[in-house]
Amino acid sequence: MSYGAGHDDNHDHKPTGIGRWLFSTNHKDIGTMYLIFALIMFFIGGAMAMVIRAELFQPGLQFVNPQFFNQMTTMHALIMIFGALMPAGVGLANWMIPMMIGAPDMALPRMNNMSFWILPFAFILLLSTLFMDGGAPAGGWTMYPPLTLQLGNAFPFLIFTIHLLGISSILGAINIIATIFNMRAPGMTFMRLPLFVWTWIITAFLLIAAMPVFAGAVTMMLTDKFFDTSFFSAAGGGDPVLFQHLFWFFGHPEVYILILPAFGIVSQILPTFARKPLFGYASMVYATAAIAFLSFFVWAHHMFTVGMPLAGELYFMYATMAIAVPTGVKIFNWIATLWKGSMTFETPMLFSLAFIVLFTIGGFTGLMMGITPVDFQYHDTYFIVAHFHYVLVPGAIFGVMAGIYFWLPKWTGHMYNETLGKWHFWLSAVSVNVLFFPQHFLGLAGMPRRIPDYNVQFADWNMVSSLGGFVFGLSQLLLVVVVIQCVRGGQKATDQVWEGAHGLEWTLPSPPPFHSFTTPPQVTEATAHS
Amino acid sequence: MSVNKLKQTVLAVIAVSLFLASGTALADYALNLTEGVTPTSHRVYELHMIILYIVTAIGVVVFGVMGWSIFHHRKSKGAVAHQFHHSTMTEIIWTTVPILILIGMAVPATKTLIFMKQTGDAEMTIKVTGYQWKWKYDYLDEGISFFSALHQDSNEARQIDSGIDPNTIENYLLEVDKPLVLPVETKIRILITAADVIHAWWVPDLGWKRDAIPGFINDNWTYIKEPGVYRGQCAELCGKDHGYMPIVLNAVSKEEYAAWVEEQKAEQIEAASGSDREWSMDELMEKGKTVYAANCASCHLPEGQGIEGLFPALNGGAIVNGPVSEHVNIVLNGKNMMPVFKAQLNDVDIAAAITYERNSWDNSTGDVIQPSVVKIAR
Ligand SMILES: [Cu+2]
Repeated sequence: MSYGAGHDDNHDHKPTGIGRWLFSTNHKDIGTMYLIFALIMFFIGGAMAMVIRAELFQPGLQFVNPQFFNQMTTMHALIMIFGALMPAGVGLANWMIPMMIGAPDMALPRMNNMSFWILPFAFILLLSTLFMDGGAPAGGWTMYPPLTLQLGNAFPFLIFTIHLLGISSILGAINIIATIFNMRAPGMTFMRLPLFVWTWIITAFLLIAAMPVFAGAVTMMLTDKFFDTSFFSAAGGGDPVLFQHLFWFFGHPEVYILILPAFGIVSQILPTFARKPLFGYASMVYATAAIAFLSFFVWAHHMFTVGMPLAGELYFMYATMAIAVPTGVKIFNWIATLWKGSMTFETPMLFSLAFIVLFTIGGFTGLMMGITPVDFQYHDTYFIVAHFHYVLVPGAIFGVMAGIYFWLPKWTGHMYNETLGKWHFWLSAVSVNVLFFPQHFLGLAGMPRRIPDYNVQFADWNMVSSLGGFVFGLSQLLLVVVVIQCVRGGQKATDQVWEGAHGLEWTLPSPPPFHSFTTPPQVTEATAHS
Repeated sequence: MSVNKLKQTVLAVIAVSLFLASGTALADYALNLTEGVTPTSHRVYELHMIILYIVTAIGVVVFGVMGWSIFHHRKSKGAVAHQFHHSTMTEIIWTTVPILILIGMAVPATKTLIFMKQTGDAEMTIKVTGYQWKWKYDYLDEGISFFSALHQDSNEARQIDSGIDPNTIENYLLEVDKPLVLPVETKIRILITAADVIHAWWVPDLGWKRDAIPGFINDNWTYIKEPGVYRGQCAELCGKDHGYMPIVLNAVSKEEYAAWVEEQKAEQIEAASGSDREWSMDELMEKGKTVYAANCASCHLPEGQGIEGLFPALNGGAIVNGPVSEHVNIVLNGKNMMPVFKAQLNDVDIAAAITYERNSWDNSTGDVIQPSVVKIAR
């Protein structure tokens, strides 16, 4: 196993002042910046969700005009996906991967710095559109032409934001792959890697394969707007549906880019708190790889209603249903990990258990929508809004929350406040269901998505959903309290932190030294993943 | 507190929703997909229920096992962790069983999909065109053609500070000025397209929705069994007023339909003759007010204020107070987001709208634009 040369800082000599952050090449500092950035974006995107739920609290328009409402739905999605969830995943990867594989740092530390510092500029570009004539992007995060081409001054800002985010993600992905392939400690074979590391290898390959397609598609739209091309204009011989094919060729793998790291986190946490090895390690790796591979062959299930030939609709239906098999394997493996364990229920475990149940509900509705003829009814209603929020909020976000609580004592050297953590969990877990479960009913009853106002028959469930939304939004402030408290002080954390914890990261002190492993540890079957 | 409580809550929610979804309770309180009124919608509904029952059953088993484990295999109860981490036989079983269940779902789904694709041997054809933000219906066999937009009552109530309670408006946001009328017990081919951006035409009682895409024509069919009024909405984000372009389908007996067709033809002949006579200022202003409200007010706003950066103000606007010929030209031929209204409105409507715009709010050009002027400018 090769072992990369560390860069030339002295051991544990930390740069000080603003320069420590601006010019940082340290995986922990960059990981911290990613996580703080994600948290800020989570609250900005969350504030937009609050505007949406406030407007939908009752029928009639109370607070915002329809154009601004569309800006809120569009920006909420862009910020949560690209500003909150993806950076949170990369932040966790930065912090944990070198410690989990026994490396001193990431393989390409300067590139690591660049991929982070692109993000704030990208989001300044995007958020500045809120203050422009004509306002922010309002054509949905899916950016379908011709509607998105009607956008005013915000249009080029939107496109360049996507380009910057693409560059940032690809640089980050290359770095993660380079680190895992080259910097594993002696004895850390691929099939001994912790599952979180495995899910990130696969996620990184998805990013590298999917982002350029997205960048290409939005560039074609850019030239349609400014240089008189007609890629997506039927009047000029182009095809507006082509954009949707390209978008979803990126968009479906993107869904897995968001969820796979959460799969990895949960696969670390369940064995720890069940005090039992992960069930079916190898099949977990193969199932994750299978899901990622299949994700490139199902994209058109997002666009059944555009009108495809029968053979196309059948193919995309069967391929989509096939994804349920490896996804099922993962869920069964997790439950088998719990089976005959010796469980305790600290906050990371609670978030992980809720993840399994609520993500599975999202998986069920996903399967339902993969069935083409019924999707003709579900498509573009609140049913799909409920579906993808189940997958992304109590799915991906709960996974990230679980990871934060799990590793926070390792990062800070202090135990967090368990009582507050449990409050955060229970408030979130209850309110997230009050928020999103009624949206299934709304969709089935006929309420389309992305509308600022609705018929009075939809009033009751919208009010329930909004109330759930307000409680969920407010509950997230508890996370900030817990994190700040934990950084400032608290009961001293041991190296192992959790009784059932296994793996290299738990052999380092809490908090770990500035350069994680300066001498590579020897990994054996017994000391590898739990 | 136990995680089990969460599990139980989730299960209870699923059980309650399933019970309600079975349609036995609260018939007018929609929680579930409509059964609809066409052979397609019935099949879709049955398929939906089959899949819902299957996934609910899987959920009960999976969450049941998980809940049992969480309850019994806890450290506080003295559970000692076993150390097994592998069982080839179990893994083979839980890979194959789902495959069999999925095949069981795919068979009826495939049959339904094939059934939905049979657009041949239709008895009549209509064409639906999506516009920002209204629908146009062309009866291709009869030569009838008209636009269908949000009803005036809803349109007034939906404004941000309208002060009108939506509960006082009948079919708030689900009512149009002129509904689509179709005969029952007739196989109808429905062609769907759009003029500007992508929309989606969706009446849940027909059992499907389909995108309306500029430059493409999507082919569908329906066969409505029962007379009635069926309501739907645009389902694909199409800009500012996406939430305000409902669909109302009035399904009537074949006899009533035939009578309606005759009535429409007569009306259309009368409307066409309007462009040849001289109109008075008052007539044009009165007509212009309704045309403006239906076609112009959603972007330029009811008082002509416009929206900065998106839609220019007409009150005091340069074009509205400038030469008549340029004003007529932009209304007829459009520009950027301004639609090409010569494809949507007749000479009388356009003349009336322009006259109204040039003599309303703070605008007082005194110009009276005759329909004949518009006819020549086309
Ligand atoms: Cu529309």
